[in-house]
Amino acid sequence: MNIGAYIVRRLALMVLVLFGVLVITFTVSHVIPADPVGAILGPQAPTHLIDKINAEWGFDKPLYEQFLMYLRNLLRGNLGKSIQTNNAVLDDIMMRWPATIELSTTALLFALMLGIPAGIISAIKRNSVLDHFVRVFSISGLSMPVFWLGLMLLFLLYFQMGVLPGVGRLDTSIEIGRRITGLYTVDALLQGNREAFINTVRHLIMPAFVLGFSATGSIARITRASTLEVMQQEYVNTAKAKGLSERLVVFRHILRNALITPVTIIGLTYGGLLEGSILTETIFAWPGLGRYATNAFMMLDFQAVMGVTLFIAVIYSVANLLVDILYAYLDPRVRI
Amino acid sequence: MTETKKGWLYRHRYQLEDIRLMVRLLNESLTAKIGIILLSCFVFMAIFGPTLSPYKPLVQDLTNRFVPPSSEHPFGTDQLGRDIFSRVLYGSRISLVMGIVVTSILFVIGTTLGLTAGYFGGRVDELLMRLTDMFLAFPSLILAMAVAAALGPGLFNTMVTIAFVAWPRYARLARACCLQVKEETYIEAAKAMGMSHGRILFTQILPMILSPLIVQATINLGGVILTAAGLGFLGLGAQPPEPEWGLMISEGRRFISNQWWVSGFPGIMILLVVLGFNLIGDSLRDVMDVRMRR
Repeated sequence: MNIGAYIVRRLALMVLVLFGVLVITFTVSHVIPADPVGAILGPQAPTHLIDKINAEWGFDKPLYEQFLMYLRNLLRGNLGKSIQTNNAVLDDIMMRWPATIELSTTALLFALMLGIPAGIISAIKRNSVLDHFVRVFSISGLSMPVFWLGLMLLFLLYFQMGVLPGVGRLDTSIEIGRRITGLYTVDALLQGNREAFINTVRHLIMPAFVLGFSATGSIARITRASTLEVMQQEYVNTAKAKGLSERLVVFRHILRNALITPVTIIGLTYGGLLEGSILTETIFAWPGLGRYATNAFMMLDFQAVMGVTLFIAVIYSVANLLVDILYAYLDPRVRI
Repeated sequence: MTETKKGWLYRHRYQLEDIRLMVRLLNESLTAKIGIILLSCFVFMAIFGPTLSPYKPLVQDLTNRFVPPSSEHPFGTDQLGRDIFSRVLYGSRISLVMGIVVTSILFVIGTTLGLTAGYFGGRVDELLMRLTDMFLAFPSLILAMAVAAALGPGLFNTMVTIAFVAWPRYARLARACCLQVKEETYIEAAKAMGMSHGRILFTQILPMILSPLIVQATINLGGVILTAAGLGFLGLGAQPPEPEWGLMISEGRRFISNQWWVSGFPGIMILLVVLGFNLIGDSLRDVMDVRMRR
């Protein structure tokens, strides 16, 4: 199959899956008898007011009609209105997504830069002290409650030692200037604002480390396993027998194949990071989608919940699609 | 009839030999030992915690708020003067029970669905796979939060939520394993002998694919505890004054600037118990790998 047809087929599947996601979230948020209107107005609200609001939001219509209405609006780019902020959900998401993307991308970079070398070294120096350390580190990364790690680092690095800033994306005293991309690091760089850049990077370090912690562990594990597997292949022995130096064998022969597996899970990892950002943003008061979603869930603000869920599902699917295309490119065996 | 005469032990001698080998290999692995020790401690705590705990978990003592860890209060006290050590002990029961109950539900539902789909194939299979695709297409915590918010908070609802979100993974695994086995000749033989589908599924296929499912379940136990704690932390799970670990971390959050122990100790407990399950799951997987290479 050529790569164009592959992409088209995957895109079609993606649309189907996203539709399914919508159906699931819609069902979950509408069938289960939660009472968003009651939650906003409180228990003492007069019935005629509740009825009026129910009618206004379409809550009194049959479920399939509500769903069709939602779909119609969605196709026009209207994700409905948030109860908590009273803004259009789409605007809310647009305002907040760069913060989340900046955080989770930095976390992914952390995880890749630490996890891949750790996994490779751990495999090459199998059963050494370093190998044991990497394995303990990665398995505790998988067992760590991220929100707890965040709190402990906050206590240590911010409250006790004061080496890193605590919460938010930027000190309140510093101006970022114009919003260009919404990514503070990029905006600061584009405007040549050195002070803001350094400040926002310092703000990023702790949350990104916390968010990327368990991902680092799983990437190290997978890289280690796949490197070990490649090292057992015949062609590696051949390369060694030819008298190639160890460095050359590792860099030219082992790495190329060993890195395929870690690459394929980047998409999944990124999805996991978006998920983790919910907890991380709550702790570091990071003004992104995660915190928005948490508040939306608390207030039973289901238009916002569905909007955020759909948005994240789209990013998640696109990331996975990109990775699969990359995979197909790296490993010709996949293209069948 | 000679078979039944020789007894159960004789008929199952190969399985028993396998189990004996696995136990021996597990015994040789350091990680498995650490994991087993950790988990034994937690099981002990969950069973005997209430009798061992020096204080009642819900009793407040406002004169002794925020006492740092000391000989009287090994883990200190919280904002209401409750002894954190006692609360953590009680919490181990909550977390372990949640983990075990949810994982058992997942195991039964996931395995049944996956086996059925894998064995019969066709439309049922297609339907199940597309359904699981949708569940796996977005981060499960978000779905869990949506369900938890809609159901309302509480321990029982947390368990329902996690089961609802996590079953697709099991179904996928069981289906994949079933597909590998179902074309084997002995299944064909069973069919030729006129064995019913139900009997083939549960007496011929299920025992063969049990090991990967058990590994998955072990690792998943830790995952369930982590998710439950996360929901508790977000306020969508256990509610005060329940001594649930995630909730305790969330309560200590306001005092993190000075009183680290309020959040600190419950978190260490979560880390250790999940670590225990992961270590055992990992070693189990290694052991089964060796068995395949043998």
